[in-house]
Amino acid sequence: MKTQWNIFIAFFRVGILGFGGGPASIPLIQKEVVDNYKWMENEEFGEILAIGNTLPGPIATKLAGYIGYRVSGLIGMFNALIATVLPTILLMIILLTSLSNIREFDWVQGMTAAVVPVVGMMMAVLTWQFAKKAGIGFGWGKALIMIFIVFILLQVLHIHPGIVIVVLLILALTLPVKKKNDDIGSKEGNK
Amino acid sequence: MMIYFQLFLAFFIPGILGYGGGPASIPLIENEVVKRYEWMTVQEFGEVLALGNSLPGPIATKMAGYIGFEMGGVLGSFVSVFATVAPSLILIILVGGILLKYKKSPKVKRLSLFVQPVIAILLGVMAWQFFSESYAGIGIWQTAIIVILSYLLIERWKIHPALIIAGALLYGGFFL
Repeated sequence: MKTQWNIFIAFFRVGILGFGGGPASIPLIQKEVVDNYKWMENEEFGEILAIGNTLPGPIATKLAGYIGYRVSGLIGMFNALIATVLPTILLMIILLTSLSNIREFDWVQGMTAAVVPVVGMMMAVLTWQFAKKAGIGFGWGKALIMIFIVFILLQVLHIHPGIVIVVLLILALTLPVKKKNDDIGSKEGNK
Repeated sequence: MMIYFQLFLAFFIPGILGYGGGPASIPLIENEVVKRYEWMTVQEFGEVLALGNSLPGPIATKMAGYIGFEMGGVLGSFVSVFATVAPSLILIILVGGILLKYKKSPKVKRLSLFVQPVIAILLGVMAWQFFSESYAGIGIWQTAIIVILSYLLIERWKIHPALIIAGALLYGGFFL
């Protein structure tokens, strides 16, 4: 019972303090899991994180679910998941439903109009971060060519992004590996 | 019944294809929610995203939880969050051990890298949509000033995004 309570508190704190989405909360998870409750060593946490990064989907829930499972089975898994996601989902629903109740007022429409460019800016920054990852990983020449081809596929030919991603994943697993990629991998590891 | 199945699919696809954590799945969610199923407009999606960004916690599950609730109540919310979280979690529990063996393999390591160009394009298109939406709504000057100011405040001077969103809401409420 004590363990379940600890799991809940650990991931509740992570969920409620982690601003900036899942990836931003990884250090918070590490602090709780390794430093605070000592459920695993730093090295093991690093391994779980590495595996998590090779799989798709939100990273925070992958880590929470897997660590909860490791610490105390299926109940621990559900406990950690609920603690991570539920508080902020409830906040979202309460805030947005109350906002839509007052949406006819002019001043509310003004409010949302001013938020749209801010979100655009945030998306533009994220765009740059992902383009930079591609640029550093592939080298900029190759990355720009890839980005151009992907742009044509998605925006001109209107192919579903899922199909493009699956093809790229198959390429990642089948194309021969050049030596250069290894160097980049070890460089990233040192960071 | 149909709506729950659609919600499941709409969030299952971003959950299984979003390499690079929750933020990478945002444009994939938008693709399903705005373009395919037309549950909301770009502007509405932007508002939900803005609020989501100003609250703590993982972004993908916040979006799933809220959009699911809008479309199908509590059960809809549950189905959407389940579809977002379950596939990758089941994968990591089942094949985590196997992946550990291959984690040094350059081919496994570069999986995520190969998807980055797609995510970059999708995010870029979303940014463009929000900018042109804003241009149509409040004009070029207001848009440019808000974009530049919010960029400097958040990215350069590291002011908390929640404060900037709150500031934008206030500014819009009084002046737009």
